[in-house]
Amino acid sequence: MSHDRPIPSLADEHTTLDELGPKLVRIAGAVGLVALGLAVVLGYARGDGWQSFGWSYLLGFAFFLSLSLGGLFFVAIGHVTGAVWNVVSRRLAEVTAANLATLALLAVPVMVLAHRVMPWASGESDAPAALLEAKAPFLNLEFFYVRWAIYFVIWCGYAWWFWKRSLEQDTTGDPAISVRMARKSGLCLLLFALSVSFAAYDLLMSLAPSWFSTMFGPYFFAGSFLGFMAFLTLMTFWLQGRGRLRHIIHVEHLHDYGKLMFAFVFFWAYLAFSQYMLIWYANIPEETEWFLIRQSNGWGWIGLVLVFGHFLIPFAGLLAQVAKRRKASLAFWAVWILTMHWVDLYWIVMPQWRPGGPTVEWLDLLTFVGIGGLYVAGLGRLASGRSLVARRDPRIDDSLAFENA
Amino acid sequence: MSAQASSADGGIYGLLIEFEDPERLVEACHQVREQGFQQWDAHTPFPIHGMDRAMGIRGTRLPLLILAGGLTGLSIALLMQWWMNAIDYPFLISGKPLFGLPANIPVTFELTVLLSALTAFFGLWGRNGMPRLYHPVFKSERFRRASADRFFIVLEASDPRFELQRTQEFAESLGGIHVERLEE
Repeated sequence: MSHDRPIPSLADEHTTLDELGPKLVRIAGAVGLVALGLAVVLGYARGDGWQSFGWSYLLGFAFFLSLSLGGLFFVAIGHVTGAVWNVVSRRLAEVTAANLATLALLAVPVMVLAHRVMPWASGESDAPAALLEAKAPFLNLEFFYVRWAIYFVIWCGYAWWFWKRSLEQDTTGDPAISVRMARKSGLCLLLFALSVSFAAYDLLMSLAPSWFSTMFGPYFFAGSFLGFMAFLTLMTFWLQGRGRLRHIIHVEHLHDYGKLMFAFVFFWAYLAFSQYMLIWYANIPEETEWFLIRQSNGWGWIGLVLVFGHFLIPFAGLLAQVAKRRKASLAFWAVWILTMHWVDLYWIVMPQWRPGGPTVEWLDLLTFVGIGGLYVAGLGRLASGRSLVARRDPRIDDSLAFENA
Repeated sequence: MSAQASSADGGIYGLLIEFEDPERLVEACHQVREQGFQQWDAHTPFPIHGMDRAMGIRGTRLPLLILAGGLTGLSIALLMQWWMNAIDYPFLISGKPLFGLPANIPVTFELTVLLSALTAFFGLWGRNGMPRLYHPVFKSERFRRASADRFFIVLEASDPRFELQRTQEFAESLGGIHVERLEE
């Protein structure tokens, strides 16, 4: 194979966080704790039995949970397809996925406050009692807790297994480990699809307990993976700006980041529209109610922001090849998409709690920064003292030399 | 295009140079391009990374053509549905608006994709001069391996730089394993 660009070598590359690791843990952790502390004070001062705090917290939690779930998918789909291009950035995804352990801790407030936040448990839903009763065998707190325990066992189990095996390969270089990871990833994807769908029903769809959409699981997944790709892009640039992975993740890999973001912008829109159109067309009250709330009292504007900001604008923006191959442009779209991913979740969650109109409160911001700070600190802790690249993966040389045809 | 044309300079289509591995081929392509040849081509059994750059192939305008095709499909679909449902044969179905965007998106999407794909497919044909059922390289026995394990460059006689004797010497210096004269 001929190359116009010299193939980057791992030996010349700075591939560890070193002093950045503890710094990241300290600063992000402190910011997170302070923000979360302020949010708790503010939530308590509300005097509404932690309801406002609970809703804001749930939104922030859903956002960061979606990023790590996207990371787990990135790792598993890479193994199951024997992907070469993503080997150089797979460790970053492995760490993001392994950070589901931090999210398991951050899930505790959601679980504790479920009886105040979840409308089917708080007794504050205006859905007809008969509908709630019919769903009670599924939507009850005991089963809710059991399900979340199962989700986190699946997610953390796989995420940690992949991460640990990959780290093991860093020292042994044993190609058999890759084969084992590929074998495990098939079942992982199957369980991932089921658990993520049900988690989306539990965490987000059940906020409107009488509403249902068979499209909701994939819808949440599409946004999650899109959000993760944007996060991975920004994580890569952040590290490169600090002298890490500067040459080994090059324009050909970034081009693929861009392609995946572009594809999932469309996939998200395809699902979001399919969900909307089927409900619009059937015109059944218990289904249209969900959209009715989201078209009333100014929430319709947020819907339009999604149509343009989450679909049409980034679709046009990422269409051209140069847009995916220039760092500045890719970074811009990554920030844009990550913002829109938050707006999407905000639009899913908040109309149920604030049907009077879209507002962003201090509690939303503080819980976001709080959870985000601890999330980043978790990433820093997991990445510290270890290679940021799966350096002895049997496909690493091909991945370094990767070129888009 | 007489198959029995004499092998004098006038009856020559070009020179066929055969290579054993893609690295040699890409190197040779660089040299051919540096010599300033315009009318030439490379044939390989599989796509080779960096080939476009080695041959100096510029970006294609096909994407713009496809965008135009897609936008045409989009407009046709919307106009067609609007005219059919709201103008020519208005028919009220379960209280839906006669022309409501959500209901028209699927057809619009399909036609946009269809016309984009057709433009891409036939645009590629047009830009590549297809369909073309005959090519002088088919006369070469050795060229059959172009779809298996050999790599070829054809320097065409129609190039202003082509001079049989000098070009043959140049062709032999490219590091190939065989140089053959192709008849028209």
